Amino acid sequence: MSRKDIAWFEECRKDDTPLVGGKCASLGELLAAEIRVPPGFAVTTEAYYHFLTRAGIKEPICKVLRRIRDGVPVHEVGEETRRMVLEAPIPAEVEAGIRASYRALCDRCGVEDLPVAVRSSATLEDMADASFAGQQDTYLWVRGEDEVVDKVKRCWASLFSDRVIAYREEKGFTHENVRISVGVQKMVRARTSGVLFTLNPVNGDRSKVAINAAWGFGEGVVSGDITPDDFLVDKVTFDILRRTVVPKPEAYLLDPAAGRVCRMGVPEADRAKPSLSDDEIQELTRLARRIEKHYGRPMDVEWAVDADLPFPESIVTLQARPETVWSQKPARTVAKEKPKSALDAIVGKLLAGVPVQNKAQTVGGV
Amino acid sequence: MANGGGFPSPHDVFTIPGTEGWERMYPYHYRFGADDPERKEYEASMFWFYDGLHYPEPIYPFDMIWDEAWFLALSQYNTRIFIVPPALGVDHRIINGRIYITPVPVKDPSEIPARVEHFMKRAGYYYENWDELYAKWETKMKGVIEELDKLTIPELPDMEEDSVVFDAVGRSSGYELLTAYDRLIQLGILAWQYHFEFLNLGYAAYVTLLDFCQKAFPGIPLQRVTQMVSGIDVILYQPDEELKGLARLACELGIEDEILVERSVEELFEELKKTNDGRLWEQRFEKAKYPWFYISTGTGWFHHDPAWIDELEIPLSSIRMYIQKLKKGESLERPLGELKRERDRIISEYRELLGSDDDREMFDNLVGTAQRVFPYVESHLFYVEHWFHSIFWNKMREVSRRFVTAGFWDDVEDIWLLNRHEIKQAMWDMVTAWATGTQPMGRLHWGPEIAWRKQVMEKFKEWTPPPAVGTPPETITEPFTIVLWGITSETMAAWSKGKEAGEGPVRELTGFAGSPGVVEGPARVCRTVSEISTLQDGEILVCPTTSPSWAPAFTKIKAAVTDVGGIMCHAAIVCREYGLPAVVGTGNATQAFKTGQKIRVDGNTGVVSIVEE
Repeated sequence: MSRKDIAWFEECRKDDTPLVGGKCASLGELLAAEIRVPPGFAVTTEAYYHFLTRAGIKEPICKVLRRIRDGVPVHEVGEETRRMVLEAPIPAEVEAGIRASYRALCDRCGVEDLPVAVRSSATLEDMADASFAGQQDTYLWVRGEDEVVDKVKRCWASLFSDRVIAYREEKGFTHENVRISVGVQKMVRARTSGVLFTLNPVNGDRSKVAINAAWGFGEGVVSGDITPDDFLVDKVTFDILRRTVVPKPEAYLLDPAAGRVCRMGVPEADRAKPSLSDDEIQELTRLARRIEKHYGRPMDVEWAVDADLPFPESIVTLQARPETVWSQKPARTVAKEKPKSALDAIVGKLLAGVPVQNKAQTVGGV
Repeated sequence: MANGGGFPSPHDVFTIPGTEGWERMYPYHYRFGADDPERKEYEASMFWFYDGLHYPEPIYPFDMIWDEAWFLALSQYNTRIFIVPPALGVDHRIINGRIYITPVPVKDPSEIPARVEHFMKRAGYYYENWDELYAKWETKMKGVIEELDKLTIPELPDMEEDSVVFDAVGRSSGYELLTAYDRLIQLGILAWQYHFEFLNLGYAAYVTLLDFCQKAFPGIPLQRVTQMVSGIDVILYQPDEELKGLARLACELGIEDEILVERSVEELFEELKKTNDGRLWEQRFEKAKYPWFYISTGTGWFHHDPAWIDELEIPLSSIRMYIQKLKKGESLERPLGELKRERDRIISEYRELLGSDDDREMFDNLVGTAQRVFPYVESHLFYVEHWFHSIFWNKMREVSRRFVTAGFWDDVEDIWLLNRHEIKQAMWDMVTAWATGTQPMGRLHWGPEIAWRKQVMEKFKEWTPPPAVGTPPETITEPFTIVLWGITSETMAAWSKGKEAGEGPVRELTGFAGSPGVVEGPARVCRTVSEISTLQDGEILVCPTTSPSWAPAFTKIKAAVTDVGGIMCHAAIVCREYGLPAVVGTGNATQAFKTGQKIRVDGNTGVVSIVEE
């Protein structure tokens, strides 16, 4: 038997989604393309499956889940399945693997009890046709072996959260075949984080990169409960075309006392400031170009600016997924019919007038 | 009386007390409010916007010559020569020394198909034979400049030369002076005929590409479309290249320290004459002058814009700056290869991002056409506004000297207070009095008039012109209006709003992107060079314009913003060399911004805005 419980991100590629889930596969893929991501490892789907079978809860869970079709409310089913997962013991060799890998990660970063993010990496989540982001649990600022092991198990249990169960029911995915991997990754001490699209999500214009950014950790931007700064950048020339800096009275920040990330007030002086410098915006644009080029399609990227690192190493990618809306539509086009000559186009233009633009864009003297 | 759109009627009374009768300084047909009801109705129905792009200041009576020249030239090419399908000419009026213009559309849609047919034939011929016709254009234009350069403005002698008699010339110097003036004016008008020969077509091709790019890539900056088509080695860069060459030569000859010594051009040349190397350098300097020192420090549109040739301290101070760079081991090369690669990269990357092969084919067609036509759009400025105009202004000063000799006025610069038609009349006064042996009426007539006009000009300067008068159209679609003046439905709405809000303070100004880069910092408004001692490190200089005497300012500042000037003005050149952002020719930055305000200067787009009061 050649079960693989742990896979370092460096070992993962995008075809490894069944083993390490979409999130971890994509992190491995990014590393292969020399795109900076915080280091870490995946606790594989095989480890999860081994846990289910060894604990003897695979069949019982399926049985409980089937009750939904008999009209048992989702929340009751969810609660029971989660309890079954949480109460089951983790096989010793799996747990030992997690602990050893975590210690190796601490060594690698030179930090004792390195704070890590423990994230679910589901095998369905990152499919381009199912926008399933953020449906499963993520634990931030997890420190120490025991905590890591505990949070891995909680991530496994989150596969049976009420909304995830409901989602699978709605989409007609079978519960039985769903597997989960868990990523354990160095926690970025994020000064600023957010998401970016390698196109303009408003109109599908592929010559733009759209960036949303806010102070601290990105959870608020991803979930939408923090209004972020908004930047639109030309992908070819790196011109920052739009810059909407909003007041940001609250942010997800590290609570040093609790050792956790909480939604907190932002110091008065920082609220109105842009959460990214122009250099950072342009570096993110370079990053977006590299990621898009690597995948050969429009992408949706989570990123952060690590407060501990100097620019440009401070800009790290947390996650990259295929963009799901515009990718499925035909590409934007201008010509409505076969192109005619330039002169025809000029006459057409003269007759139609030209679109409105601002005075900044006048070109010179008569 | 404001109309529904929030703009004043052109027939409102705008007269400033003490300037009554100002209309006589300008051609009569520029006046609003003729008594004729038909003309009045026409004027009220049109939308007239203030041409602040070209005229940031009230226009002197003589400087009207270029307005009259382009009024004719632009309009005739649209209306009578190329038959631009939807557009006739651009009509002009004047209020308190400010030019207001309105594009005149083809009103009757039934005329358009026939116009399209003519345009396809005529414009098509130009687009197809562009390079050949442009080569002919350069020959014609150089011919005009050469004739201008050779034109002498005769003096009026006490007694004519013997040759007038013994060669049986049959004409007097008085006659020659009158015809020389006529020819001078004719050449000016002719230069502007050529100015527009290709320009509207160039813009039409450019506008079409621009439109395509904006549809494909909404929000793409116009500057980037320009970058795809602009020539990289166009002649507008040559003056600057000459200065760099002179700096390099000085270093090669080992006379750079000689040149760096702060002294006047005359003193420097006095010193250089003493050595062979010095003489060699001086020869090269002399050679560079023609035509490259005919570059104006402003836009070239006004008599008060000096060219390098008029103030050799300007190019000399740039040469000194370049020498200092060379001494520090810095390169002066414009990275031509890199610029071309970057242009090609931008074209191919945008092309790649298009959504279909049809789009790519159209893009290729339009980029190709625009690349062919666009260098003209840049180069004609050097020929007409810089080279021709710079010689022209000095010829006019020669004309003025004849009047000074004849006692009409004392200051050569007073001539600008007369319009070109009045100068002709005054010249007849001068010449007939000279012929007759009597006193001309000149000073009696013009002395008080000039004094009065000077104070009128001062009052005009204090007046804030409304951005537009008349009836706004529902939308503005005329392409030249939009590209040249940036007048759009949106700017119209913004003006209208500003009007209703009682002329709210300006938050943002636009001018020419003089030197790239973006910075924010505190503004320091310096209206004269004497105020630059107040500058603090890291401030942004906001000034009317700069000259070499402003040089010390540039070592302290973070960016520069000027009221007047084009891309080759002193401030723009110096900022490019120092790597500081600059926005020049904003019109009224010194009015709009206050010392201490935090402003943002975007030298890539030409926008200056207030960040914090």
